[in-house]
Amino acid sequence: MNRQQLRQAILEELAGIAPDIDTANVSDNARLRDEYDLDSMDALNLLTALHQRLGISIPERDYARMYTIGDLLEYLGEQSEH
Amino acid sequence: MSDFVMPSLGADMETGTLVEWRVAPGDRVRKGQVVAVVETDKGAIDIEVFEDGVVEKIYVDPDAEVPVGTPLARIGAGTDARQAGIESSMADAGAEDGGDAKATGRLKPESESESEPEPEPESEPASRPKTEAQRASRPGHGVPPASPAARMRARETGLDLADVQGSGPDGAIVLKDVEAALPDTEIETGARRRRAGFDATEMRRTIAAAMSRSKREIPHYYLATTMDLAAAESWLDNYNHDRPPAERILLSALFMKATALALARHRTLNGHYGDDGFVPADTVNVGMAIHLRGGGLVAPAILDTDTLALPELMVRLQDLVQRARDGGLRGSEIASASATVTALGERGVDSVWGVIHPPQVSMIGFGRPRRQPVAIGDALAVRLAVEVSLAADHRVCDGHLGALFLGEIERQLQQPENL
Repeated sequence: MNRQQLRQAILEELAGIAPDIDTANVSDNARLRDEYDLDSMDALNLLTALHQRLGISIPERDYARMYTIGDLLEYLGEQSEH
Repeated sequence: MSDFVMPSLGADMETGTLVEWRVAPGDRVRKGQVVAVVETDKGAIDIEVFEDGVVEKIYVDPDAEVPVGTPLARIGAGTDARQAGIESSMADAGAEDGGDAKATGRLKPESESESEPEPEPESEPASRPKTEAQRASRPGHGVPPASPAARMRARETGLDLADVQGSGPDGAIVLKDVEAALPDTEIETGARRRRAGFDATEMRRTIAAAMSRSKREIPHYYLATTMDLAAAESWLDNYNHDRPPAERILLSALFMKATALALARHRTLNGHYGDDGFVPADTVNVGMAIHLRGGGLVAPAILDTDTLALPELMVRLQDLVQRARDGGLRGSEIASASATVTALGERGVDSVWGVIHPPQVSMIGFGRPRRQPVAIGDALAVRLAVEVSLAADHRVCDGHLGALFLGEIERQLQQPENL
């Protein structure tokens, strides 16, 4: 899965959790929690959805360091290469 | 045999619009099954039945707006299939005169519901006290039976209830009747409030009404304390470490459980304040204030919160948030909260001072868990901690009890393995 496909997957799952987000205009550098008002349960639901879709389980300690879609992309990109 | 009635889904609800039947005459139903959908100012709510039985007759057609307490359908014992079949064909025949049933929907068709023991009295705490209050006030005193809202409105407007014609069950006076007896300007306000269907304006109006009533009637007192979360954090880290995201638990589940256990111990904070004063709830149903994306707030309850293990509670919490946002909340969840938790700390504030949701008597607020300097013995340590607040009803208890209650939540949070 290339970066573009990965990004698409993240945005689709994000839209499922927060339908009000305009995913066509999401910036990779925007902070998910602050800019898109995701709370800890939204975040956990996003991780669950990504786990089911990509088979990658992001540990909580790692997720705590991910603030943006860009961070997520980088992490998932590395993991899917292994 | 008993009547299934339009439930009260909140202190300010006087009428509801039945939008859909999920069952038909002759259908067998089980306790807890969703049988109808009702449109309220909180959106469309799934309504469950509170006993096993068979739907014998449906009194009210879809799209009918009826007062709270109006019989919607008759649920029979239906102990054998043959009887169910007969009842079914009778009910089908009866369905011909649907228009008639609608017109007489306010009348109590048979007397059975009075004599029949209610199987689940704790299931509808919000509507029960109202009914009892009506019964208690009925005979001999020259006071016509009236709903609490109707009485309050009459008081506000100086109207004598003896001059009002009741249209509710057993001729009880409901809010609509009081408003009908008021001058034109007053009616307009009421009509606007009763408009069915969900929109942001309507929800804002509902919140405004409930919160205004709270601030008008409830003498709040407030307490707060900072609670050490080191034990909870370390337990949670350990629990979540090897688990996939779907099985992980969030701190908010620990907050809910600790609060529920403290409520179970201090029952004076867990219940409802009605016309007859405070009535403690039989069960601990902790409401969870849920922010709706796009605006608004609902606070549905998790039933028997104090009895749920953390993994189960976590699943229920996720499910509740999901349904609050997508639709599909149940009547029992909307009406049964015995106290409410708000966790605004998610949005980055250190503390929150709640406004009690009537007829409840307490609101517990969790701020943002964050690392802060804490004195441990003679040394300074940096620990995860949270400010927890209590807003409670001074008509029911004093700060002394509130302090014991907050102390109990703190104690519970220090032993996360026992939650």
